[in-house]
Amino acid sequence: MKILSVENLSRSFGGIKANNDISFEVTEGTILGVIGPNGAGKSTLFDLITGYTKTDNGKVSFFNKDISGLSPDKISSLGIGRTFQKLKPFADQTLLENVMIGSFVKEDNIKKARDKALEIIDFVDLIEKRHHFARELSTGQRKRLEMARAMAIEPKLLLMDEVTGGVDQKTIPGLVELIKKLKKSGVTIITIEHNINIIMEISDNILALDQGKRIAYGTPKEIQQNEEVIDSYLGTVDAT
Amino acid sequence: MDKLLIAKSEPLWNTDKRIISLISGLIVLLFALPHFGLNSFYLHLMIMIFMHAVMAQSWNVIAGFSGQISLGHGAFFGIGAYATSFLYVQYGISPWISIFLGMIVSGVAAVLIGIPMLRLSGHYFAIATLLIGISFQVIFQRWEWVGAASGVWVPMTSGDSLLALQFHSSKMPYYYIFLVFFIITFFLVWLLSRSKLGYRLRAVRDDPQAALSLCINVSNYKIIAYVISAMIMAPMGSLFAQYILIIDPDRVFNIEISIIVLLITVLGGIGNVWGPIVGAAILIPISEYSRIYLGGTGGAVDLILYGLILMLICIFRPEGLISFFPKNILERKKQR
Ligand SMILES: Nc1ncnc2c1ncn2[C@@H]1O[C@H](COP(=O)(O)OP(=O)(O)OP(=O)(O)O)[C@@H](O)[C@H]1O
Ligand SMILES: [Mg+2]
Repeated sequence: MKILSVENLSRSFGGIKANNDISFEVTEGTILGVIGPNGAGKSTLFDLITGYTKTDNGKVSFFNKDISGLSPDKISSLGIGRTFQKLKPFADQTLLENVMIGSFVKEDNIKKARDKALEIIDFVDLIEKRHHFARELSTGQRKRLEMARAMAIEPKLLLMDEVTGGVDQKTIPGLVELIKKLKKSGVTIITIEHNINIIMEISDNILALDQGKRIAYGTPKEIQQNEEVIDSYLGTVDAT
Repeated sequence: MDKLLIAKSEPLWNTDKRIISLISGLIVLLFALPHFGLNSFYLHLMIMIFMHAVMAQSWNVIAGFSGQISLGHGAFFGIGAYATSFLYVQYGISPWISIFLGMIVSGVAAVLIGIPMLRLSGHYFAIATLLIGISFQVIFQRWEWVGAASGVWVPMTSGDSLLALQFHSSKMPYYYIFLVFFIITFFLVWLLSRSKLGYRLRAVRDDPQAALSLCINVSNYKIIAYVISAMIMAPMGSLFAQYILIIDPDRVFNIEISIIVLLITVLGGIGNVWGPIVGAAILIPISEYSRIYLGGTGGAVDLILYGLILMLICIFRPEGLISFFPKNILERKKQR
């Protein structure tokens, strides 16, 4: 079943075509990896899907319902969660409170919302940090916080922007396991990744962008052999 | 797994016996206080503390909880004051009823002001509310129907009258009325801060962008906070009008009201439910004594003093005086 379909999405900033006629589809229960060099338009794509940036052109459908032009809060209410590349934790609140703000979406009762938040915090392996303020957490922990917070709204589709970027190498295997666990729990995932090994390992499909354009879409195997991807992206990174 | 169970078995919020007995003790003390032979000056001082604590709490809800700095909150105080006085003088409606009418009018005004203004970001909202606060004063100064610049004089009842909310023989009834409003307001705001709504308002304050990704309609929540805030402010205007019985635009729409609620809250601790109490308990005595010793309105000296206090707080204690209290007693979350 198709969960998300993106048709001819475009958006320019001044003269820069940040997204140029992008189309693809995501099947429920799979992981789509998005790759591309810096400035390729990956984060812009997320902002367009989630309503943070208005589209110039094109259409986004979620479960066949046109969601283009809806506000970000409407879109998240439909079941699309996201994290931010530039992290946006509620800094002066504890980890638990951060996640509770998410779990209150499906749960009005404070005790139930608290317990659900605790379960998710346990799921991302931060239970001991629950009473720490978000600003006291490390970058890796704050990325988990954002994942936990987004998971708390019980999204059907979760968009994650570079959750392994800029974190301590040691924590990466844990994050990868987390993403796999999340997929097993039934959530469809789109993840932006610079680490090519990770993306090859976890993705069912990969979308490659360059200078705002879709240059390839396919299984990890197909992408690995795609000439254009190798030229523009894999060539510059160690692909093994 | 067992760590999760332990976490789940923690109380939802602080049930520390010390803090509960402290609060109950204080409430009992406040109810008993007038019987220790307080003279009318001290009764007045306490009344002013209760009133300003509630007014500051009103400001705390919009500024501290939802992060929108309002500089025209005096408008809602004035609406409350005029609601009771004017409706009593014109139509003989008991102030007890028009307190609620004043709250409703304030709430509606907050919606009408909030819908366009809260779309403005931070500083612009502050400036806009400052101008709105001033324009309310100007409008009421020119508005003949409500007495224009001379305001409303509430005719005195022959004796004390609960129905007309007037007491001439002693300030004690006012003391208890203000005290009850004070306790109810703080209890409700404490509940608010612990509710889903409270959590969502803090999300809007800390990071509106992130709040949007959690299904929170940021502009609606700002308006909700503004309305709640306005509805807390109005009854204080009403009770103040009943307390002094002569109101005019210069007094109840004074810009100083909008400023003092900010000062008290920042002094006590912005965003903290207890901050406004601490702030009012310190600033109001300073203000009242400077009025006595420096004459009339305290001259400009009290303003200079306020400015100095505000500067010191911003430099040394940005979280307000409440931050001197041991944190783990006030809020469980801060323990490590
Ligand atoms: N709000 C904006 N205003 C102007 N230009 C923007 C804006 N957002 C993105 N851009 C530009 O659009 C292009 C794509 O940016 P985007 O952030 O989507 O890239 P990215 O693929 O996420 O890059 P990175 O890997 O560095 O995160 C860049 O050239 C960027 O400068
Ligand atoms: Mg990016």
